[in-house]
Amino acid sequence: MREKILEKLQPNFNDSILMTDEFRGDLTVTVKKDDIVRVCKFLLDDEDLRFDSLRDIVGIDMYRPENRFEVVYNLYSLKNNYRLFLKVLVDEQDLRVPTVVGVWAGANWLEREAFDMFGIVFEGHPDLRRIYMPEEFEYYPLRKDFPLMGIPGSLYLPPK
Amino acid sequence: MEQKLAPKGRLPAGQAGIPAGEGKKSQILSALEDADVSVSFEDALENEMVLNMGPQHPATHGVLRLLIRLDGETVLRIVPDLGYLHRGYEKIAENCSYHEYIPHTDRLDYLSPLANNVAYVLAVEKLAGIEVPIRSQYIRVIGAELARIASHLVWLGTMAMDVGAMTVLLWMFREREKILDILDVLTGARFTVTYTRVGGVAQDMTEECARMVQNFIDQFPDQLKEVEDLLGHNRIFIDRTEGIGYLSREDAIALGLTGPILRASGVAHDLRKDNTYLVYDQLEFDVPSFPDGDSLSRFYVRVLEMKESARIVQQCLDKIPEGPIRTGDPKKTVAQKEKVYTRMEELIHDFMVVNFGINPPVGEAYHAIEGSKGELGFHIISDGSGNPWRLKIRSPSFVNLQALPLMAKGHMVSDIVAIIGSVDPVMGEADK
Repeated sequence: MREKILEKLQPNFNDSILMTDEFRGDLTVTVKKDDIVRVCKFLLDDEDLRFDSLRDIVGIDMYRPENRFEVVYNLYSLKNNYRLFLKVLVDEQDLRVPTVVGVWAGANWLEREAFDMFGIVFEGHPDLRRIYMPEEFEYYPLRKDFPLMGIPGSLYLPPK
Repeated sequence: MEQKLAPKGRLPAGQAGIPAGEGKKSQILSALEDADVSVSFEDALENEMVLNMGPQHPATHGVLRLLIRLDGETVLRIVPDLGYLHRGYEKIAENCSYHEYIPHTDRLDYLSPLANNVAYVLAVEKLAGIEVPIRSQYIRVIGAELARIASHLVWLGTMAMDVGAMTVLLWMFREREKILDILDVLTGARFTVTYTRVGGVAQDMTEECARMVQNFIDQFPDQLKEVEDLLGHNRIFIDRTEGIGYLSREDAIALGLTGPILRASGVAHDLRKDNTYLVYDQLEFDVPSFPDGDSLSRFYVRVLEMKESARIVQQCLDKIPEGPIRTGDPKKTVAQKEKVYTRMEELIHDFMVVNFGINPPVGEAYHAIEGSKGELGFHIISDGSGNPWRLKIRSPSFVNLQALPLMAKGHMVSDIVAIIGSVDPVMGEADK
């Protein structure tokens, strides 16, 4: 399955694929940020691959000078029973990532969660609000520079 | 004085659409009031209203808050509001060692804590490349299946009560009590079990415990049959669930749903079969699925699943071999407690593992199991130290709840409780 996916992806997206990596049997393909929607659409629509189910979107703060954030898309093909990970790199200076809500409707809340926790802005998202934290909260709690103990006064409390 | 934003959950029911004073309208209310829903006051009978359901509402199964726009009694739109039980478990994970995090997984899906333990340690073992002894794998399967039965029993009881059948709740909790007694003997705790360890399980399954499991499995199908007859032939129950909360196969797949909801929409997808783990490939069981996609088929899927789980447990009891319950590599697993107190080597290993952790190699791994609600997965990124660099919980309740607005659209207010019941969300898991 691994060869088949790469065989299909290479000719169509030769410039978009930055890296492929296999660890513990899982294939991770790193693609350019601007091409993520095109790659996702291709993986969904291709008759042989049919990655029809988006299982998860993972935001990661690698805390490094360049490409600080990563977004991992966890795709599953019900037809082939195969799991594929797509990864995009996001720089702190430009937190925008194109949304994949148009490809899988289920991306809606998953992208909201990544936005809530890391501040990654999914461009074109129909309803990009915080999902767990209160609306008036100003920070992104899963970033590495947010302290475990929280920031005093950051949560709005009703007056006594 | 300057008016602050209205805090979550402080708006009185029915008046949520009216902004308090001159304060800014909260974002969630603005989201409700977009183009496809508009308020008209021309005729008093055509008024639309916003109903604030939850977070403190018994039928929402925890602290789920729904803002519902109604036309009379018909649901026009639902906006779920999550986060009332958000405890930051992903942040906590980054600050404790791989073993220290196991008790926290109990608190995710608190109806099947043992299955969460299994899911978590499987992900860590995949990342660290640890082989687990075969006996311990069988014990994990028995535990995970008992947890699935216990979780489905609570679901069945509460769902039946939501639509008006009180008896079932009491019967189901009586059955669940038997499972909790087994877990008490197996793990030492009834509820928050913290039973698995990286590389095995905490303690061996005794003869007495195996007998208790056998006794439970022997009588369980009959008890379940009684309830199935009681509800399956009940006019009221069928009227309240048949055709309610319809979800098509295409929508279920596009929304990434998993578990009984997906199977009730006609996709026989089960990770135990399709991406097998532990010893499920050596066990015989069926994956029930129904094409109807309504609340009633979700009921039948879960009831049949409980029967399959009982079958799996029976096979495990017959097949379980003797042998060690922890991996042989002392640098990867905590030592047996009794040996820590009496032997020098084990004491040193225990000190090293507890203080410095098991240090998996740099990399990332994802492992998912078929939990009682769907695909429960942990995505762990290791930087080579004793703590995870990042841990992401793929919680089935969170993803499944996303289908709620779609399912409930066009139904009556009273159907919402039947639909929430059939989704079976656990907010501890959805809110992390």
